[in-house]
Amino acid sequence: MCRLFAFTSYEPLSPMRAIDALNVMKEGHDGSGVGLYMADLGGEFEGYKGLPILSGIVTLEGLGKLDQYMFEKGFMPMHQLSFEPGRTPPPLTPKRYTYLVRVYDIPREWKSLSEQERSDRLLQTRLHLRKMGLEDDSIIVYSFWPDSIMIKEIGDPVEVARYLGLDREGLTARTVMAQGRQNTNYDITLYACHPFFLQGYATMTNGENTAFVPIREYLTSRGFPGYVGYSSDSEVFCHILHYVHKRLGMSLEAYKHTITPLKDETLRRHPDGDTLRMMKHTLRPLIIDGPNMVIGCLPDHTMFMVQDSKKLRPGVCGGRPGLFAFSSEMCGLEYMIPNRDRERDVQPMGADMVVVDRARKEMRIWSQWDRYALRRAA
Amino acid sequence: MESMGSLRITPSSLSVKDLPWQVHWDQDKCTLCGRCTSVCPVRAIELGVFRKRIVQVDVNDRSAASNVYKVFYGVKQQTDPAHACIGCAMCDLVCPNRAIRPMRADDADKLRFHINQGGEPRKRGGRRNVAGTLLDHIKFTRISMLTDPALDAGRHEFELRTLLGRVLSPESMMAHLDEEGYALPVREIYPLIIGSMSFGALSPTMWEGLQMGIAYLNEELGMPVRMVSGEGGVPRRFLKSRFLKYMILQIASGYFGWDEILHAIPHMKEDPCAIEIKYGQGAKPGDGGLLMWYKVNKLISAIRGVPMAISLPSPPTHQTKYSIEEAVAKMIQSMYMTWGFRVPVYPKISATKTSLAVLNNLARNSFAGGLAIDGEDGGTGAAYDVSLNAMGYPIASNIRDAYLNLVAIGKQNELPLFAAGGVGKSGNLAANAAALIMLGASGVQIGKYVMQAAAGCLGAESDRCNICNIGLCPKGITSQDARIYRRLDPEQVAERLVDMFESFDTELRKIVAPLGRSTSLPIGMSDALGIGDAHAAERLKISYVC
Repeated sequence: MCRLFAFTSYEPLSPMRAIDALNVMKEGHDGSGVGLYMADLGGEFEGYKGLPILSGIVTLEGLGKLDQYMFEKGFMPMHQLSFEPGRTPPPLTPKRYTYLVRVYDIPREWKSLSEQERSDRLLQTRLHLRKMGLEDDSIIVYSFWPDSIMIKEIGDPVEVARYLGLDREGLTARTVMAQGRQNTNYDITLYACHPFFLQGYATMTNGENTAFVPIREYLTSRGFPGYVGYSSDSEVFCHILHYVHKRLGMSLEAYKHTITPLKDETLRRHPDGDTLRMMKHTLRPLIIDGPNMVIGCLPDHTMFMVQDSKKLRPGVCGGRPGLFAFSSEMCGLEYMIPNRDRERDVQPMGADMVVVDRARKEMRIWSQWDRYALRRAA
Repeated sequence: MESMGSLRITPSSLSVKDLPWQVHWDQDKCTLCGRCTSVCPVRAIELGVFRKRIVQVDVNDRSAASNVYKVFYGVKQQTDPAHACIGCAMCDLVCPNRAIRPMRADDADKLRFHINQGGEPRKRGGRRNVAGTLLDHIKFTRISMLTDPALDAGRHEFELRTLLGRVLSPESMMAHLDEEGYALPVREIYPLIIGSMSFGALSPTMWEGLQMGIAYLNEELGMPVRMVSGEGGVPRRFLKSRFLKYMILQIASGYFGWDEILHAIPHMKEDPCAIEIKYGQGAKPGDGGLLMWYKVNKLISAIRGVPMAISLPSPPTHQTKYSIEEAVAKMIQSMYMTWGFRVPVYPKISATKTSLAVLNNLARNSFAGGLAIDGEDGGTGAAYDVSLNAMGYPIASNIRDAYLNLVAIGKQNELPLFAAGGVGKSGNLAANAAALIMLGASGVQIGKYVMQAAAGCLGAESDRCNICNIGLCPKGITSQDARIYRRLDPEQVAERLVDMFESFDTELRKIVAPLGRSTSLPIGMSDALGIGDAHAAERLKISYVC
């Protein structure tokens, strides 16, 4: 079973804190890979808040193709994280030509576009680069979005992070999600590594998704170009979140009601039963059946944890005002935030959701039995 | 060779050997009680008076007569086509000494060439006479192991319900919730539906037993089981009862029973569950319903609004509709209007190469509440033998094509598909149903299986019995003759129906739990399926396993 760790902090912190927390939980992953998502960046990226950051891995040829494409489209490189990996990669980790974390200024003609239009064009650009890269395995692109960095690599999390120099000064973030991978396939596909990302939405998941195929079919039939990939059955959790929250304009609570609706009998007693019943009917193909624990993050950096309705995976949330952590194991939380009120730790159950918004002042526990707003705040 | 001129032999003269079923009778065990001959529905056996010559030679007295003629009594099998044994084995069932039973011929019968006496082709009930179904070969191969532990069929909570009715698209739902407008009705029902068997095709005792069983399943066990009425209406008293909500009323091309239904609308306490518009039947695609004159008694004629003792063949199509657009749009619309848009309306067709054309028309009609597709292995109360045996399309690939077509247009949740036709044909009800659901059906309909499990129907695809059409059903399931149908106790039918649904429910859980599914019906979970036939795997887009 993979290990998951995320934190959300008022002050920007080094992502190594999350990597070290994964290391504490090492018993549960085989060090076959690591995925790291950073958002609400600090340090050297603080000054580029509105500009998209391209994250990926390229070969020499890939870099040439990428540069040419971006140049033709009118993207101007503004800043990049200079990776200086050690000479010898850790065991399992392949030698790459280069890792890319690069801030671009957007094409001039984009500046007058609406935010929606701009975000769709960013997605199209990423999908185009992805497609170009798949032709000859020269480009892997994880994300292309403002204030967001994604790094994924094969190997032990701590060794990979040190190899890539992620412990450097200047690389900090307020929102960090990290996964230590327990591989279930012989060949490791980087596109199958968590966290998954789409237009500011990120999720990572523990467990398998037994309802994967019908969910994938449903998402791909929505006619939205971003619903592609699915090298991993867990990618759909991110896309369901995107679909429900961004495309349908529903609240985060409605996401929870979508993936784990209450039972028919219990809906009869729920104050919002009629609406929830209609949602359950309409979004039936997006019901997950577990066993899954999902940690996710919205574009506004709200972080949450939910379980499948049977709660078949572990997950704990805790912290103090200004710093909260979401972890698949208690020891990870204990490592990250030892000085917290442990009595306020929460292990969300089947109908619960734990939410920390970007103010990071408190941890809110919401149950599907509570009232909720269908639509997300504008 | 001696001339046999004294014997009358016609082209249709058959020996017992020429018949498909041969009655074996044991003189030693027979008590001559006569039960077998009186119970035989087709009078295939009758009292036989046999003359026997015994040669007795007295070695001491050569002058004494050596021949003794004796008469003895027993059972004699008729050989004329009208009285050929149907293999029902009621003789065996009633015999106190197990002295008689029909045996299947070891050779191809000759009866089949002579069963069209008077130029009238054979008509019968039952299914096409081919054993087994492809569904029996589909395995469930995605078993959760260590990575995602399998669920416990006995201890976890399961919610295996399905939806019937036009489900809003997510975008329409959001608009609807903003406007607080009207939404079409959607029913939450059990995914195993009792398919259309009409009041008329079924005996009153069978029908009553089913209603009692359904009421118990709903009201005592909380299982929202529904039944389709078939074409022919229902008794007026039922239309005014609260049990109507468990019934899907069917309208078909003969419109039988609908005069009564329309007149009862002002008196209805409950809306029916749904309206099924029958355009076709898997057992005899392209042919209309048929209730033969034997079964049109006073009650049936009153409900259907026709004279007694005439055959009631429904036309193959709805005569007032000339095109699919019109049929689909106008009929669906008018049936919705009849109940004030409170009752879902959906069509049922027989599986055919043109199913997708119908489906696409329905997808564009925003009212269609689903589509039921009936495959070639479906049963019937009466049909031409040739229609049963030669016409049709298997359900597995037809439902799969339909589902994938809906996926392609993104409406797989909006328009639920229901599969029928041979579900449980070999007794594997839960496995067949689960396979169809994972191929894309939202639920399945069964008819023949219900008659077999709940009422002891003897029919089989070895062409056993299959006389549902002439009202002589030996078990009283499809008879309108009180002397016959009183054999069937409605209370016992109800009990068996409940047994059947409860055991199905357990078996369905035993299938979905190891696949890690419990909170929703695994519609379209095709990755769980495998089959050891590469062509079938490719056609159904599931795994080939060997």
